Amino acid sequence: MSERILEVDGVSKEYRLGMIGGGTLHGDLTSWFARVRGKEDPNVKIGKEHLAHNQKFWALKDVTFGVNRGDAVAMLGRNGAGKSTMLKLISRITAPTEGEIRIRGRVASLLEIGTGFHPELSGRDNIYLNGAILGMNRAETTSKLKEIVEFSEIEPFIDTPVKRYSSGMYVKLAFAVAAHLDPDIMICDEVLAVGDLAFQQKCLAKMADIARKGNTVLYVSHNMRTVSQLCNRGLYLENGRLTYDGTLERAMELYGGSSARSVSRNLDEVPRTRNRGDTMRMLAIHFEDTQSLEYDMDSTMVFTLKCVAHIAEPRLRIRLILQNSTATPIAMTQTEPFEVRAGDTFTRRIRFPLDSVAPGEYVLKISLIANKPGGISTYYDTIVDVSRFVIVDDPAVNAGFVWRESLWGEIRLKPLEMD
Amino acid sequence: MDNTRNSAGWDTIIRPRKGWFDIDFKGLVRYRDLIWLMVKRNFTVLYKQTILGPAWVIIQPLLTTLVFTVVFGNLAGLPTDGVPKFLFYMAGNIMWHFFAQCLTVTSETFVKNSKLFGKVYFPRLVMPFATVLTEMINFVVQFVLFIIFVIIYAAKPDSGVHPNPQLILLTPLMLLQLGILGLGFGIIISALTTKYRDLAMLVSFGVHLWMYATPVTYSASMIADKFPRLLDWYMLNPITPIIELFRAAYLGVPRYSYGYNLLSVVVTIAVFLLGVILFSRTEKTFMDTV
Repeated sequence: MSERILEVDGVSKEYRLGMIGGGTLHGDLTSWFARVRGKEDPNVKIGKEHLAHNQKFWALKDVTFGVNRGDAVAMLGRNGAGKSTMLKLISRITAPTEGEIRIRGRVASLLEIGTGFHPELSGRDNIYLNGAILGMNRAETTSKLKEIVEFSEIEPFIDTPVKRYSSGMYVKLAFAVAAHLDPDIMICDEVLAVGDLAFQQKCLAKMADIARKGNTVLYVSHNMRTVSQLCNRGLYLENGRLTYDGTLERAMELYGGSSARSVSRNLDEVPRTRNRGDTMRMLAIHFEDTQSLEYDMDSTMVFTLKCVAHIAEPRLRIRLILQNSTATPIAMTQTEPFEVRAGDTFTRRIRFPLDSVAPGEYVLKISLIANKPGGISTYYDTIVDVSRFVIVDDPAVNAGFVWRESLWGEIRLKPLEMD
Repeated sequence: MDNTRNSAGWDTIIRPRKGWFDIDFKGLVRYRDLIWLMVKRNFTVLYKQTILGPAWVIIQPLLTTLVFTVVFGNLAGLPTDGVPKFLFYMAGNIMWHFFAQCLTVTSETFVKNSKLFGKVYFPRLVMPFATVLTEMINFVVQFVLFIIFVIIYAAKPDSGVHPNPQLILLTPLMLLQLGILGLGFGIIISALTTKYRDLAMLVSFGVHLWMYATPVTYSASMIADKFPRLLDWYMLNPITPIIELFRAAYLGVPRYSYGYNLLSVVVTIAVFLLGVILFSRTEKTFMDTV
């Protein structure tokens, strides 16, 4: 077994919700004075603030894991699961509330674009500054300077203050510095999303290179394609707890959604985000002519969707988004618009032709939307993981070939025509 | 958080904030290159997009000294211990300016750098130390100007300027003490402003008021003459003995007991320690509150 390079041992991080102190010295002093006299604190607002005042929130709870030299670890989880907090703790931006983190060697973290750059300084000066922040001395940085500039693709602008850079150039330089200063652990949090596609690929290759050389990469992203390209291990965080530590495939599946494959599902009780489902709500779904939600290639999925409308909408559509097993959207289709009146409970039977969808496992996302003039859509209701379903591979349909998803993707186009 | 390589061979161990004396001095030494880069950065940033550039370092004390000379010296007619008014005010002014700058700039450490601190780790004390070094370099420039004026005046007969070579040797110590004092007060405020933003308001006019409690625009001998009973209290202000010693060294004004200087040194050490403790305590969790 190779050497341990990072150990996270029972780490918890607590945040206090709401106000932190009075915010002003005067506020804290009056609160304190009121307490001394045994009176009501004048700064506590009546009602809900009483509850919120000392409410605590565990962003991370008792997380333990170890990372070995050469690992490329993906940290997955939905928004608010604690990924970013974990990275902040490892990069020493803030201290944990409980537990201990042990690190061997140098940590370089790219938590956001422009990690520690000063806008007034030139690109060159910022390279030295960043190098020094990572604990390099001048000579070490100088020896790497050429490589960094070359990688960042911004050579002509290297003596321009970075405040004149585009956000893409910013990221390019930031990444180049962090990757070339030989960090033992490199931490990346979705920063690559800003650069152009070619540069993203270059960065991924560089990170893979870092991992191959025996250093460690810790990567957080919602982009499953880059994750699967780079990482060889997966962690899955859920509500601040580490619920899975193991293979990348399993972690990606967990991230993809936990919806079951059931023929009928009560959608009314599925929690929604951001007011979705308030004015119009999906109540239930039932899949017809199937027991296991396994479909043949080129067949048609049929289901009935029951909804309730609390407001009138003359041009409502039902939209389907097809996601692969790692929650990456693949395709979209929708119904023609139809009218609903306020107070209606309506049921629609939908036929979804599965032509051109490749064999594999998918997750269905359904929205109730209306598009307004000017290209703006109103989303009345959305459920991200309505159901999983499988399209069973049948080589006979595909001219005798077994479908290879990792090479060919999820769309099976019609056969080529040849004259 | 400490950086010591312990028996298990870990380089860094990150622990919850606890204890009051958890101070990362070793990290500060390790990051000395960064301190210098920050000093360089401070200068670059300060004079970017200014017309006169570094000339401001000289213009500022010259103008202030001229105003002091006219207002307090000529209009108000305050006595200046028998030395030329211009030199008297300039001595007080460059010393006070150095202290005030150290204090104000370091007091903004957390608030001004919250973006940087939120993205990368390095010992946060790097910033205030870089500030004091920057201000020291500014001071040296002003000091050279001051020395030129001292030489010009001293060359004239009956100028009343009598530099004291032995006391002049103490200049580096005076400067060091003043810098540490400014840093100490500054980082105490910087630690408190992460929780109480209104302290930042206090700093700008507080420093202004403090100047009038310090013999910058008048001489300490006026206090000694008019309120002899208050002199001991007056000398509790740790800046006063330093400025008086500085004037005694270069201009030859009458000197007060070294006891006051000793007291001032004790206050400086206490303020510095308190500052470092508060600062180190704040740096670990301030990102959660800012």
